[in-house]
Amino acid sequence: MIEYRSVAKTFPDGTEAVHDFSLVLPSRSTTVLVGSSGCGKTTLLRMVNRMVDPSSGQVLIDDADVASRNPVELRRSIGYVMQHSGLLPHRKVVDNVATPLRLGGVGRRDARSRALAALETVGLDPTLADRYPGQLSGGQQQRVGVARGLVADPNVLLMDEPFGAVDPIVRAELQQELLHLQRDLGKTIVFVTHDIEEAFLLGDQVVILRKGGEIAQVGTPAQILADPADEFVRSFVGLDRGRRTLRIQEVDGKRVVVDADGRAAGVLA
Amino acid sequence: MSGISEGISWLTDSAHWHGDDGFPHRIAQHLGYTSLTVVIASAIAIPLGLWIGHTGRLRGLAIALTGALRALPTLGLLTLVVIWRGIGLTPPIVALVVLAIPPLLAGAYAGLESVDRATIDAARAIGMNEWQVLGKVEVPLALPLIIGGLRAAVLQVVATATVAAYIGLGGLGRYLIDGLAVRDYPQMVAGSIVIVVLALVLDGIFAVVQRALSIQR
Repeated sequence: MIEYRSVAKTFPDGTEAVHDFSLVLPSRSTTVLVGSSGCGKTTLLRMVNRMVDPSSGQVLIDDADVASRNPVELRRSIGYVMQHSGLLPHRKVVDNVATPLRLGGVGRRDARSRALAALETVGLDPTLADRYPGQLSGGQQQRVGVARGLVADPNVLLMDEPFGAVDPIVRAELQQELLHLQRDLGKTIVFVTHDIEEAFLLGDQVVILRKGGEIAQVGTPAQILADPADEFVRSFVGLDRGRRTLRIQEVDGKRVVVDADGRAAGVLA
Repeated sequence: MSGISEGISWLTDSAHWHGDDGFPHRIAQHLGYTSLTVVIASAIAIPLGLWIGHTGRLRGLAIALTGALRALPTLGLLTLVVIWRGIGLTPPIVALVVLAIPPLLAGAYAGLESVDRATIDAARAIGMNEWQVLGKVEVPLALPLIIGGLRAAVLQVVATATVAAYIGLGGLGRYLIDGLAVRDYPQMVAGSIVIVVLALVLDGIFAVVQRALSIQR
């Protein structure tokens, strides 16, 4: 369980990224922080592994304040996946994946075999292991990034817009695979995105943020759609544009679901 | 063009290829001054440049310092140190170290600055401490530029180490100073040719090293 207690962050240049944020993120489930740029979502994510220290308030993992932990040790115990993969360009794919293990003191051979296993877990061809990141496609690099995040088997996985820079088809593929992985692994995932579709797809709990890390609404995707807290949320999730207001039309004896503009969304089973 | 051909015959005269005045001995002395200078200058400039590049501190100072040092005339500096410390190995080495510091310093800090911030951030985020970020990420990625600084420093020092002869020491500068004293122009031309060839050979070696480094990724 991750818990934010009245967390605030003002950066040295005076920008107030987070005003006063409190939230509980249940274990073994995915919480998605979603909002426009500048809403403080990445700052909040980075507080979990102390890449950012809050100006006030506390962040707790399993009731222990992260501020009491050595930042380097803490980061080694938490998986981190970021946009543009963040791979080391001068190291082979397999060595990139093995890096968290090597940092944690795992021997070279053991680290390599576990890294190869992690590459397989994320669906990467083992022949890519000895390539350099620059020789891989964007989607493949992101898979490597996910493998690196998972390789040390951390309880907590932080994902900062991990699929933001890949094309829509590859993104959809990666999203599905993350869902599969999470079904098997049951990590406590904190996922940051600006894409509400991605948030609703991946999140067990979705947190919609306004500027300054102010929570507009927290809930399951269904709760948020059924009962949007205010106009901001209605507009953010698209309820005001008719795309989410679906109705049923009979076509040739089949019940087709269409949106407010009459565009077909699917067939009722 | 008779000057050049006379120089070449001086150069190829076997009498000039042995003994304390011979080319092999002078080249060895010259390379000795050069390597001593570059080792001392690297020991000062590279750690400083890495620290500036890693922390981002004192960057303004580094730029001002490299500019100011570059503007110092080596011969004037040499004379100054002679007045201060007397004749010996110290004055030319000090003057040459001052010459070698700017490219080394610039190579080191510019090399570190050229590393993608996101890569460094990622390295930290997966649990590298500051020394690991420096040693496993920043320096390897900055290496082509660091070597480039070394290359520039070596070339400048090789070309300028002739000043050692100015105060009675050895090296390839001897042919220039001695030749000038007795108006033996073929000797001066021969000495110049050897210096140029030496510089080109060293530059070629560095070019190969830099290429090997960039092919690796």
